[in-house]
Amino acid sequence: MQVTSSVREPLVTGGKSYHDVTHDVARQVEGKPTKLWFLAFLTAAGVLALGSIALLATLWEGIGMWGLNKTIGWAWDITNFVWWVGIGHAGTLISAVLLLFRQKWRTSINRAAEAMTIFAVICAAMFPVIHMGRPWLGAYWALPLPNTFGSLWVNFNSPLLWDVFAISTYFSVSLVFWYIGLIPDFATIRDRATGLRKTIYGALSFGWDGAAKTWMRYESVSLILAGLATPLVLSVHTIVSFDFATSVIPGWHTTIFPPYFVAGAIFSGFAMVLTLMIITRKVFKLEDYITMGHIELMNIVIIITGSIVGIAYITEFFIAWYSGVEAEQYAFINRATGPYWWAYWSMMTCNVISPQLFWFKKIRTSIIATFILSLVVNIGMWFERFVIIVTSLHRDFLPSSWAMFYPTWADVGVYMFTFGLFFTLFFLFAKFFPVINMAEVKSVLKSSSDKAHN
Amino acid sequence: MERDTHFILGVYDDEDVLLHAVEKVRGNGVKIHEVYSPYPVHGLEHVLGYKRSRLPIAAFLFGMLGTSLALTMQFYMMRFDWPMIIGGKDFAAFPDFIPVTFEMTVLLAAFGMVGVFMVSSNLKPWAQPRIFDIRSTDDKHVMAIDIAHNSALEIEKIKEILKASGATEVNNKSFE
Repeated sequence: MQVTSSVREPLVTGGKSYHDVTHDVARQVEGKPTKLWFLAFLTAAGVLALGSIALLATLWEGIGMWGLNKTIGWAWDITNFVWWVGIGHAGTLISAVLLLFRQKWRTSINRAAEAMTIFAVICAAMFPVIHMGRPWLGAYWALPLPNTFGSLWVNFNSPLLWDVFAISTYFSVSLVFWYIGLIPDFATIRDRATGLRKTIYGALSFGWDGAAKTWMRYESVSLILAGLATPLVLSVHTIVSFDFATSVIPGWHTTIFPPYFVAGAIFSGFAMVLTLMIITRKVFKLEDYITMGHIELMNIVIIITGSIVGIAYITEFFIAWYSGVEAEQYAFINRATGPYWWAYWSMMTCNVISPQLFWFKKIRTSIIATFILSLVVNIGMWFERFVIIVTSLHRDFLPSSWAMFYPTWADVGVYMFTFGLFFTLFFLFAKFFPVINMAEVKSVLKSSSDKAHN
Repeated sequence: MERDTHFILGVYDDEDVLLHAVEKVRGNGVKIHEVYSPYPVHGLEHVLGYKRSRLPIAAFLFGMLGTSLALTMQFYMMRFDWPMIIGGKDFAAFPDFIPVTFEMTVLLAAFGMVGVFMVSSNLKPWAQPRIFDIRSTDDKHVMAIDIAHNSALEIEKIKEILKASGATEVNNKSFE
């Protein structure tokens, strides 16, 4: 059934028919979970349970459980927040920006990447919420709700408040975008099922029947959501960077932050997509859908964004010197040679040097090398946020208050909690939801047509 | 509205055959009830003669609503209800209001448009769709022809037209 073109590589290999696509994806949902899945799920749930001890301790005792001090009021929590939000950028980038650019290879990976986005944003949002100390009162501090203080409103001049709006909009729009894409696939599973599964997926599919008129509206909705999500995805990390850039702390107060943060977010997001996809395609035997071509293209995105990040690091350093501002110069010299030199050079190695290895075709088409480098990039991106946040704070304007940051078990535990949460949600998704967008893959199965339509 | 219950179904394997078939069937004066496909077939809405969706207009209007709500809220709270001096800034610090305004525009445009889409396409968790052929969510394109709306043509004639247009199967379907 697959029609091949002489000029385009097929996006799906193995000569699949439409029915094969349905079968290959839906059988993951319909079959009994494998032992491997149980093992992975229980490990993730175990990490979640262990981490929740640290989370509960933090909620009970307050954030004094963390290693924060007078000088360093932001450390692992905000590092983890920015790191998770960054990871959450790939999904919407793949589904929205690549849709606008008509990059059809996105169809095999967008579903899982969007799921990853949603789970990563949940993990990210936890940190500022916990950092409020009394999260149950947080709604009054974060949202413009009428209150008993004479209706003292939230401060709309503050980038922290912009973040509340940016992250919650990003989360809810991504969730809707993801769910709209899931509806036709839930209908496919509904029509293959009987009994309870038919009832559940029937409700999830919202009564989808695949009528041409509905598909027309669906396409229209997808295109506009993509158009809305594209500036949205760029705005989110821009606003996250404003949390730092609008302050007057040397090392933070720079105009390069928005583009630099956005590039870094895409960089780490694609790395996380690669990590998860390499595992998913192996476990679920989806090598014909997530092909070497997909992996190579994602690696190319990593080279580009990694290079932008590298240039940003060097530019930042140059501008610090060129500005002639002593405090700014010191902040940067201190990053590279001060007590946190190891964090700075870990960041430089992981983010600037390692992605350049992908220039070699052998490396960017090797599964093992890609997997290892995707982990390296995410470690590097965590260090980037740690370096920006902690090294800029730990030596402030008054040398008598200079300090170091030492994480406590609660810092480590809460970070672990988010890992557990992320992977638990991802494994549940991978088992009960179609991991590949069947409808969209079917629409790109043919690489040529005897009747061109637009 | 009384729903029609007797249909003739043409089942197609291939999207290109389907696109030609829709033109042929309509050219023969047969009114098509609807075509059901497992994935979006580009160009199908043109050959079926559907008007462009007005969802973009809905998105724009909801977006404008978001913009005005966000600006009204921020100016009201910061300038009129409880003005506060923050870093010596103007009470009505318009540039500071842009991020929240942008986010609320996107939020309302997206949710409003999706809401309109759900309502107009009758998508809801408790909806019970009429499934003409269960394979239309797997690998077949199903063209449904309402017998009551094509009383000018004989049933056998319609079936012939469908076969000639490339349908691999022609079936009858009746709902209770």
